[in-house]
Amino acid sequence: MSKKVLELLKAQFGDKILETSSQFGDDTAVVEPSIWRDVALFLRDDPRCQMNMFTDITAVDYPDREPRFEVVCHLRSLEKNHRIRLKARIGDAEAEGLEIPSLVPVYKGANWFERECHDMFGVAFQGHPDMRRILLYEEFKGHPLRKDYPAQQTQPLVEYREGATDKLAPFGADEGAPFGRQTHDFWSETN
Amino acid sequence: MGEVTSVRVIEGAERGFATTRFDDLLNWCKKYSLFQYPFVTACCAMEFMGLASPRFDMARFGAEAPRFSPRQSDLLWVVGTVSQRNAPVLRRVYEQMADPKYVLAFGTCASCGGFYDNYTTLPGIDKVIPVDIYVPGCPPRPEGVIDGMLLLQDKIARGDRTPAIVKPRSDIVPAELANNGLVSMGRKAKERA
Repeated sequence: MSKKVLELLKAQFGDKILETSSQFGDDTAVVEPSIWRDVALFLRDDPRCQMNMFTDITAVDYPDREPRFEVVCHLRSLEKNHRIRLKARIGDAEAEGLEIPSLVPVYKGANWFERECHDMFGVAFQGHPDMRRILLYEEFKGHPLRKDYPAQQTQPLVEYREGATDKLAPFGADEGAPFGRQTHDFWSETN
Repeated sequence: MGEVTSVRVIEGAERGFATTRFDDLLNWCKKYSLFQYPFVTACCAMEFMGLASPRFDMARFGAEAPRFSPRQSDLLWVVGTVSQRNAPVLRRVYEQMADPKYVLAFGTCASCGGFYDNYTTLPGIDKVIPVDIYVPGCPPRPEGVIDGMLLLQDKIARGDRTPAIVKPRSDIVPAELANNGLVSMGRKAKERA
């Protein structure tokens, strides 16, 4: 893949493009969050780019970095057959200031992707028409794909039955036996 | 009539009749008319289709008729992963079923959550509703599920509502059965035989 699109971006936005890299045919540009939507608009409308396909938007949590989160977006041009990865770094260690302009005005398809990203990471997409959770339920507290979310923590919607144990490891010492989670031992009872 | 041995056929009567206990008769009816409600959520559904189709032929056990209203069904098949978000739905479906009602957990996810050991998934449907039969496997083979259903019928006949699990088969198959292909065997079973 040529680095042409990266050159175009640098020419257009100058210092606001913080980093670029190109590896294994994948062009990546790290941009300032403030120009996030402008970059997408430019890539979509510029006749040399024609990025008419929105592929994906998500986020990555790097707990040791500052800014902590990276919003990642992939765009593709079906006309020119090239693609680009955009990144923007936002949020401090306490996940404050997780805000970035929404891409829905540019690409309609971004709607549910941004809702998922909001659901999993708590990123607030400004200008999104319907910023609600999409996969999890309203009662869910926190954002499960953040690195500080306890991996084992469940938030049941239904109260567990009396006598039902809470979360146990999927398989215990009897790994391979199908019911390691049971408190009482069907295995020996039925054998 | 739960067991054939409890039936007494009186000889000499013109048309023939049998005596049994009323409970046994009732259980016998229950066990051969398990109308199913398939609560099918995930990939185990593929195996469920195989089970329900002619090759394995659940109809042999009087359990083939699906009823897509829980009010008309006796046996709730929970086939696949149940997410935390879906748990209220599952409980509601169960509550809507009329007694007597039975629950079969089809596959590892329904039984204990399987490898989904995180915020998404209910760690076994028995956290929400009582389960009669657990069928392990990812997915279970149709033979295993049929085992489970026979186990359930047996339990119904005995009036036993304690949970039970389908054990892995380790029967040693007689050589004459294995050789004429009547019984399919895995590699380990063949080595033992």
